[in-house]
Amino acid sequence: MRGLSRLTLPLSQRERAHHRSWLAVLGLTGLVMVGLVPFALAVATVDLEAQVREVASQLRCPVCQGLSVGDSPSELANEMRTLVREQLQQGKTKAEVLDYFAQRYGEWILLAPPKHGFNLIIWVLPFALLPIGAAAVYLGARRWVRRPAAEESPPRDLDSPYAERLQRELDSYQ
Amino acid sequence: MLKKMLILIAILPVLALFAYGLTLDSRSFHSPLVGRQASDFTLKLFDGGTFTLSAQRGKVVVINVWSSWCMPACYNEAPALEAAWQRYRSQGVVFLGVNYQDRDAAAREFLARFRHTFPNGPDVGSKVSIEYGLRGVPETFFIARDGRLAYKHVGEISLPVLVQQIEQLLHEPGGTS
Repeated sequence: MRGLSRLTLPLSQRERAHHRSWLAVLGLTGLVMVGLVPFALAVATVDLEAQVREVASQLRCPVCQGLSVGDSPSELANEMRTLVREQLQQGKTKAEVLDYFAQRYGEWILLAPPKHGFNLIIWVLPFALLPIGAAAVYLGARRWVRRPAAEESPPRDLDSPYAERLQRELDSYQ
Repeated sequence: MLKKMLILIAILPVLALFAYGLTLDSRSFHSPLVGRQASDFTLKLFDGGTFTLSAQRGKVVVINVWSSWCMPACYNEAPALEAAWQRYRSQGVVFLGVNYQDRDAAAREFLARFRHTFPNGPDVGSKVSIEYGLRGVPETFFIARDGRLAYKHVGEISLPVLVQQIEQLLHEPGGTS
């Protein structure tokens, strides 16, 4: 029994040392994790606030003139931002939050009209008109460049008293 | 000649758009909520009680959103609201005042001044206002017996409009009056 205890004692110490090292590792990990919690929370908060700003910037402030919910200092816009934050915290996507407001205020509340139906014209028309505008500019410029030099300056023998007077005055300076 | 025609063709759609805009009544813009079931809410009242919309099912409900700083529209319509309430309360019509972004003392003073006797409560956090797509004060919502938002009136409301809308809802098929 004594021999056995003599044999087992060093093993038990080793086990204890092993346990101690594991405990130390676990403790350290725990400390690191506890230390990381505020950091993770801060990152999550920053991310949430960025999302709130993004959604709010896409909503029209109902009681303002030409301001987004994100930019408006009005009380209603503030309440709307709170609602946006609450809904994002509940797990709603940005599109779902925008839809929530569109369901109550109509598409008017969205600063950028949705890309479907009649609204599509607003998105497509500028691009459709771009080549027409470019062609008009090109044709105008070409016509201007090709205009004969004679057209640019009035003929000297213009039957105009002003032209003659101008010429006389120019001649007097020479 | 061709140049003039092209300019005219370019200007005409813009003029047509302006003309169309002039024909629109800014007070009758489309609300997507009209025709849909009105959202339920509970409002804590100034007198300490509570008002729950779903508990009014089967009754015509008139919800008026107002503020004491909303001058002169809210002041002008206040007597008409009380008069309509007195006229229709015996027929089971329910009136509710939702006080929007106001100071408690100023709101109570307003109610006392106009001797409003129908339930009124502050809209804390503008929850009801946002839920009902409020774009300014005053606005008045008419809810049918089946819980549907039947009509939304933007701006000052008069007694004839109140009477017309309430009568219409009272005489809707399925009503008791």
